[in-house]
Amino acid sequence: MARIGVFVCHCGENIGRTVDCAQVAEACGSFPGVVHSVDYKYMCSDPGQLQIKEAIKEKGLTGVVVAACSPHMHEKTFRKAAAAAGLNPFLCEMANIREHCSWIHEDRARATAKAIDLTRFIVEKVKRNQPLVPISIPVERRALVIGAGIAGIQAALDIADGGREVILVEKEPSIGGHMSQLSETFPTLDCSQCILTPRMVEAFQHPRIKLMTYSEVESLEGYIGNFAVTIRKKARSVDDELCNGCGDCQSACPVKKIPSEFDAGLGKRTAIYVPFPQAVPNIPVIDRERCTRFKAMRKGKKKEVCGRCLKACGREAIDFAQEDRLITEKVGAIVFATGYQLYSIGEEQPREHLSGYGEYGYGEIPDVIDGMQFERLASASGPTGGRIERPSDGKEPETVVFLQCVGSRDPQKGIDYCSKLCCMYIAKHTMLYRHKVHHGRAVVFYMDVRAGGKGYDEFVRRAVEEDGAEYVRGRVSRLYRAGDKVRVCGFDTLSGEPLEMDADMVVMATAIQPQPGIESLAQKLSVSYDKSGFINEAHPKLKPVETNTAGIYVAGACQAPRDIPDAVAMASAAASKVLGLFSNEELERDPCVAQVDETTCSGCFHCERVCPYGAVEHLEVRDRGGNLIKVIAKVNQGVCQGCGTCQATCPSKSVELLGFTDAQIFAAINSL
Amino acid sequence: MPPLAGQGRCLESVPWRGAPVSPGETTLEVSVSHNDHTGSTLAAHVRQVTGLNPARCYQCGKCSAGCPMAAEMDFRPHDVLRLIQQDKREQLLSGESLWLCLTCETCTARCPNECDPARVIDTLREMVWRDNGGAGAPRHIRAFHKSFLKQIRRSGRIFEFGLVAGYKMRTGSLFSDVGAVPGMLKRGKLALTPTRIKGLDEIRRIFDKCAAAETDAEEP
Repeated sequence: MARIGVFVCHCGENIGRTVDCAQVAEACGSFPGVVHSVDYKYMCSDPGQLQIKEAIKEKGLTGVVVAACSPHMHEKTFRKAAAAAGLNPFLCEMANIREHCSWIHEDRARATAKAIDLTRFIVEKVKRNQPLVPISIPVERRALVIGAGIAGIQAALDIADGGREVILVEKEPSIGGHMSQLSETFPTLDCSQCILTPRMVEAFQHPRIKLMTYSEVESLEGYIGNFAVTIRKKARSVDDELCNGCGDCQSACPVKKIPSEFDAGLGKRTAIYVPFPQAVPNIPVIDRERCTRFKAMRKGKKKEVCGRCLKACGREAIDFAQEDRLITEKVGAIVFATGYQLYSIGEEQPREHLSGYGEYGYGEIPDVIDGMQFERLASASGPTGGRIERPSDGKEPETVVFLQCVGSRDPQKGIDYCSKLCCMYIAKHTMLYRHKVHHGRAVVFYMDVRAGGKGYDEFVRRAVEEDGAEYVRGRVSRLYRAGDKVRVCGFDTLSGEPLEMDADMVVMATAIQPQPGIESLAQKLSVSYDKSGFINEAHPKLKPVETNTAGIYVAGACQAPRDIPDAVAMASAAASKVLGLFSNEELERDPCVAQVDETTCSGCFHCERVCPYGAVEHLEVRDRGGNLIKVIAKVNQGVCQGCGTCQATCPSKSVELLGFTDAQIFAAINSL
Repeated sequence: MPPLAGQGRCLESVPWRGAPVSPGETTLEVSVSHNDHTGSTLAAHVRQVTGLNPARCYQCGKCSAGCPMAAEMDFRPHDVLRLIQQDKREQLLSGESLWLCLTCETCTARCPNECDPARVIDTLREMVWRDNGGAGAPRHIRAFHKSFLKQIRRSGRIFEFGLVAGYKMRTGSLFSDVGAVPGMLKRGKLALTPTRIKGLDEIRRIFDKCAAAETDAEEP
């Protein structure tokens, strides 16, 4: 015979104001099977929990119902208290009379009646609860980091330094990401490559980091602690074991005029190339779209053309026949760090809700460039060796106009958010320009200057006060070519005057958006994303680096626009979460999973077809002589997420979700 | 301690930016945005008539940067939105700026935040015109509009000489802009005799319909 204890919480005034808790406790006392029923101001407090523990011992309770807040809030607290008093924790449940009752109703009498109903419902369920034991599953203590920009590198190094193996996957031929393209970094103006390259080399040489460049995640199976990830290692056409990075192949390559991705289109590269001299690993890759031999092969020519790289290579490392390889690795946790790309103002957009800027010439005016291109112009390793030269004729620009918020904060073009970094890097650009061209004018059109960060506002003020940047508050209406200049039509909203000027070059701070293809990668990993494509964190404040899929974490600019310090901080946070997960060999998880009744299952496998997690397996039932009797369904408890779809589908009622069996739910419903 | 929000939250919806309010409609949005659009403020009037929310203007000035009349105006398009936000009715409605707008709609095309300044300005002009039979509009602008419409009604198109004559009769400024006459004559821009279009009765029907609509709007 059940002996249930009911504990009604006032939650201070949260419940007590609307629900007469004493009356609820009194009413519950009369339910069949309830032997103990009290109310208390704060059930979750130490004295409140003590009441539960004492009642379990003194009254010999077989079940506990706490009528209080949402189980999301305190179910763990009360189950822990029940366990401490010797009761199986799964015999303790909560009736939610706060979010589902007191917070949403005003009428005290009717709210009290509803609270009694909600509690009766749970009492009837708890009477039929069975003791359950948490499932433990083994944890594969290796991590996968997707994206090897500064965030990915930092996360990989932290996890590896913490003693665990890491697979670092990067889709480009070299690690380093956008940070390797930057000239100097705000707010200290220290050289970006000088602080990044040592970290790149450290990641390359670390004994516990397995680097996979020019590779992409193909598919993912499994669950927290037990993922199986398939990685596509794209054909480099160069054998990375044999190649010693001498660079002879690049000198020999006759296709020399391909716009360099690393130089944001301002420099040129060959068809066989390493993206930049400090690339890690320093192994070239053949761009098969542009290579003469591959072009000829696609056209079906039998004769082997060109092949100069092959002849130049002293180590016979060139392998035109190399193919993509699929490699499967087992990992226990994943860090998502795929970074960003800059919005382009052209008519072609990667996402259908975006549109380009016709009023700024759709990117067809040669001397209108974006922030990354300016970085390459200012960089000592860039195509001009650090001289500021405009793209159209190579002249040094005397007047440079900088536009902030191009795309950002522009719902009309499809982007509502602030890209956060632009205010800072534009201030940096004005400084770099003025440091190199002393007589030049740097004019910034801005809407607001958002410089919240350590040393950030001081940095912007320095650009204005010390380095002579001219800041004009107003958005520019139109850019067009006027002779060899760019006409800028703006308005100074602070003086109230229209402002037209001719610029030699215009630099646009275009919006930060996630990498193209992030949506399909997120779908492969079952991670949710917002309409812009940024990965959603599990909670905006309290779970900033977790995703809604257990065991997958997020770091850097794939979650929202992030500058270097933010990305690094997130990466270290994600790494500490991964190391926390890896601190135990086994992981405990909720035992509320599906279970098949072997005696009644007919093996129709409806459950297998509806299971969203692929948790249903086949089990052969044999007699003592080893003869096959039937094949039935079996649920893998490690994979099952307890959604209950199989239970609802099974025609013979042979699947039960533990903790939510038909008997429990029907009894609860019948009590109303 | 407050409860935690659900996991995997979708961050897509921006509740205070919901759908625009259609004329005469009041919605639950009031309790979210705290922007009064049911009261008697200018912002409320604009919102009721057009569904546009003047509070969306963040004063970037892109409208005024593109406005061909900005140099002539006391209040440029972004100033108009600002004065609406501050509910400075007298200051905004008594000036000439609203009437200088050419409705070229460059401001609307360029506005990044969907404020539609051209429509807002037009709404204010209608408001002034309706308030007191147009008495709120500057005299010479009223004179120009009346002469213009009279021409259209009579011939279905503009007869420049007649328009100028009508305007000058109404304003009494007989000798303004006479310097432009020789040039215009030379380029054939000033015809001496009026011409009429073919479908004049259709033009009349448009005028009649507008007049009827205006009478309807005035009756409560």
